Amino acid sequence: MSSKVLRGLVYAGATITALILVGLVAFILVKGVPYLTPSLFAWEYTSENVSLMPALISTFLMAALALLLAVPTGIASAIYLVEYASETSRFVRLVRVTTETLQGIPSIIYGLFGLLFFTTLLGWGMSLLSGAFTLAVMVLPVIMRTTEEALLAVPRSYREGGFALGAGRVRTVFRCVLPSAAPGILGGALLALGRCVGEVAALLFTAGTVAQVPDFASQGVFALFDSCRTLAEHMYVLASEGLHVGEAYATAVVLLVVVMLLNVGTNAAVGRLNGRTKGDA
Amino acid sequence: MLEAVARTRDALMGAGGVEEALRGLRAERGQESASKMSVIGLDLHYGSFHVLKDVSLDFPERQVTALIGPSGCGKSTLLKTLDRMNDLVPDCRVEGLVTLDGQNAYEDIPVNSLRRRVGMVFQQPNPFPMSIYDNVAFGPRTHGVQDRAQLDGIVEQSLRDAAMWDEVKDRLRKSALGLSGGQQQRLCIARALAVKPEVLLLDESTSALDPISTAKIEELVGELKRSYTVIMVTHNMLQALRVSDKTAFFLLGEMVEAGPTEDIFTEPVDPRTADYVAGRFG
Ligand SMILES: Nc1ncnc2c1ncn2[C@@H]1O[C@H](COP(=O)(O)OP(=O)(O)O)[C@@H](O)[C@H]1O
Ligand SMILES: [Mg+2]
Repeated sequence: MSSKVLRGLVYAGATITALILVGLVAFILVKGVPYLTPSLFAWEYTSENVSLMPALISTFLMAALALLLAVPTGIASAIYLVEYASETSRFVRLVRVTTETLQGIPSIIYGLFGLLFFTTLLGWGMSLLSGAFTLAVMVLPVIMRTTEEALLAVPRSYREGGFALGAGRVRTVFRCVLPSAAPGILGGALLALGRCVGEVAALLFTAGTVAQVPDFASQGVFALFDSCRTLAEHMYVLASEGLHVGEAYATAVVLLVVVMLLNVGTNAAVGRLNGRTKGDA
Repeated sequence: MLEAVARTRDALMGAGGVEEALRGLRAERGQESASKMSVIGLDLHYGSFHVLKDVSLDFPERQVTALIGPSGCGKSTLLKTLDRMNDLVPDCRVEGLVTLDGQNAYEDIPVNSLRRRVGMVFQQPNPFPMSIYDNVAFGPRTHGVQDRAQLDGIVEQSLRDAAMWDEVKDRLRKSALGLSGGQQQRLCIARALAVKPEVLLLDESTSALDPISTAKIEELVGELKRSYTVIMVTHNMLQALRVSDKTAFFLLGEMVEAGPTEDIFTEPVDPRTADYVAGRFG
């Protein structure tokens, strides 16, 4: 009797979740697709066409730069914590508590920090660079935690096998441990990428909202100090101005497609990695 | 015996060095055959837990020495002191002397070179998540072999020595994790052999395997002792009897008795040994 009720509840929960998801996507598609006009993809943004093209390109630049900063740092820190530092060290415990806490902090706080530190104190202004550093700080704990978990999940016996053959710690970690942790680490990087692509609050006051792609062609590296807006910001600005709500939905559609493509791509990569290490015989 | 150990320690303190101390110890016992490895007056603590108590034991060259005793008596711990895998345990303290070819294994030999010369095969097969070829080539590559043809040769020879070349020669590029448990364990033996060790440590390496794989590995050990010194932990009395030349019986961290395997099983000196080999406790 009660098991039937429970099963009913579980099914109901699953159905409601599925309906909400499907409903949400359908709603966005219905509202957005009609506004997916060629002019929305024009190279130059004007206040008439409200093109999302500069924002789309800036999104890739911003996310790539943020991950370039955060992924190596996060992976290196996690390797240090798991493979080198002693488990009982106070420093390690302090770092763990800190990363866990930082993971739960609302992104607006990171935005405020970025504004005070990168934009103002370091004088980088509202720029691609300030935005990317802010995002990097924001996703660093995510990457650290997922990498740590992936490393901890690697059987001890792989490490013992490496050491027992006379391999040093570096070789053991890089050749025996990291390959089996790679899918987990990649998963963490994807999670971080998703957060970068979807972030608004942390960027409004650090990257600004200028609807232009930083002009690397004519300014070289100094283009890093150009302000720019990501797709999520573009959507936010259009929606809050209230003049181009349809285009905001269209932007949401594009954002949805981008995130979906990233997911498919990463899953394929994770699958290939798994196939390489876990064996296919 | 205890006096001999004490004298050995004294000799070590003096200028004579390990070699002389060992010679003295052997003369004391009237021993002829050369020991490949020895432990002398070994005490080991995990934190405050005294795991090995004043253990002294010789491992004769090109022979199989079996370590037997109930679970938790310190057999694995002893094996791990021989290739310094205990270094990985944070609060492990080792006192006493461990020698390889008369050299102090903890001071005269760099740890990675010790581990190359003293190979280890664990209880659970632990192939790396890479191809069969890369598993076997891992050790040689670690120690600087890069040449392709040379690696190919080492891989083939090691797999032949581990009696599994014919089984895997057509799938060297396939993941090692696709092998059966018994094959994985023989792969681990091949991997250990690939660095041309002098001593091979086997820690209950057949306990996770089916009888057929176990028989194959026992046969293999019989072959291996022609070129290697083998030290194996086993829970299986019959296995010790079948494959070992020398047996040492441990109880609660003490070495109760050691000697030729036949003697240990047929006319043990200590009543506790007699009880154990007769299956009266354990
Ligand atoms: N890393 C460790 N830290 C603390 N105690 C340990 C550790 N490894 C083993 N021990 C303890 O040391 C004793 C001997 O263990 P072990 O050498 O594995 O026994 P055996 O192999 O004879 O079964 C056991 O009581 C075990 O609980
Ligand atoms: Mg054991």
